[in-house]
Amino acid sequence: MLDFSFVPGTFWFEAWQARFSLLSGIWVTMSASALTILFATILGVAVGTALAYGWWWLRLLARLYVDFMRGIPVLVLILFTYYGLALFGINVPAYWAGVIALSAFATAHIGETLRGAVESVPMGQMEAGKAIGLRFLQRLRYVILPQALRRMLPPWVNTGLEVVKGTTLLSIIGVVELLLTNQQIVARNYLIVDFYLFAGLLYLMINASIAALGARLERRFSYLRY
Amino acid sequence: MIDYNFDWSVITRNWDRFLEALALGLGLAVVSLLIGCVIGLAAAYARVSGNKWLSGPVWAYVEVIRCTPLLLLIFFIYFGLPEFGIYFMDKTQSFVLTLSLYAGAYMSEVFRAGLSSIPRQYVEAAKAIGMRPWQRQRWVVLPVMFRITLPSIGNNLISLFKDTSLAAAIAIPELTFVARQINANTFRVMEVWLTASALYLATAWLLATLLRQVERRYATIR
Repeated sequence: MLDFSFVPGTFWFEAWQARFSLLSGIWVTMSASALTILFATILGVAVGTALAYGWWWLRLLARLYVDFMRGIPVLVLILFTYYGLALFGINVPAYWAGVIALSAFATAHIGETLRGAVESVPMGQMEAGKAIGLRFLQRLRYVILPQALRRMLPPWVNTGLEVVKGTTLLSIIGVVELLLTNQQIVARNYLIVDFYLFAGLLYLMINASIAALGARLERRFSYLRY
Repeated sequence: MIDYNFDWSVITRNWDRFLEALALGLGLAVVSLLIGCVIGLAAAYARVSGNKWLSGPVWAYVEVIRCTPLLLLIFFIYFGLPEFGIYFMDKTQSFVLTLSLYAGAYMSEVFRAGLSSIPRQYVEAAKAIGMRPWQRQRWVVLPVMFRITLPSIGNNLISLFKDTSLAAAIAIPELTFVARQINANTFRVMEVWLTASALYLATAWLLATLLRQVERRYATIR
């Protein structure tokens, strides 16, 4: 299987031939994941705050949104977004439709995690902030969120891993990310096992580095318990 | 904003196909969960066995499955295993194998947590009244562990059910595949995807409600 001779039909030769498409595939996977995590974190903090502190109608809306997103498969969401956006006259490339759908999904997850984290911060903290005269946004910014964000770091990293794995679904709407790149290569040379294993290895490496990064962040931001 | 005329006749005409597809997805999820539970239980015992020749490979299995995208696993097993001379009767079998292996990895973590959360005294008490090792497992450890892990098993069932949507990638006619097909044929985008979403949502919700009933029925006294 893994043959080290460098002739057409061997893994190393074919991988070298396809080096540019492989690199571009890795780039698409990483950029889609990074954008999704960025958008979802910003929106997720908003949704999570709404879930924890919103007026009742805002809370209800956020709850409906989160439960909807968590109740349907990501693939359905991606296909819905991809076909649906075009209906509204928004002609976005498949890549952006995918990023939007994945962000909408990850937002729900991060929002729910943030709600949990915020609610795990003792009530006294909020009251103490109130007592020293901080406004609501200040209490959030200086008292609650710094603690809540630290607490949600491990599940946040997990969501990141889910997002990286989720980008493979973009291959179904024709985004040439890492998986579709490999499928195209396989369609050319039939080195099925080699290239799927290779793709698996790449995903493993990407995910392992994110997990390592997460562990580092956790160490960096861990704080003395009061 | 836009003039989109809803035409639900597409849905009513294809309602049977939707339901069949939904049932297929549910069936795939249940079968995979059952096989996954068997794999997961064996793997969990291997993990807690303390024998590194057993727990090492199982650890590797769990980590590899958890770090690899499910879609890649599906393709690898569907297209790759025949390269090793392993042929399937049909693609459904290959998908069930994939989803079972996938579920097995997650279930093994669930069961491992369950096994290690059982108080030592239970096993000691069982030993004291003269139960043999397998009797201790059968009558003391397993019943308690299943009750403790029931909520997680339920969550896994729901997420496996959602994962069956990936079977569409290898053309298994489950809900996502059927929805996509009808969408392509009729281009009633909103109706088709709203229906598919609603069916997934309703089923997930129904499963969650049912599982809560089961949990209440078998609630543990701690």
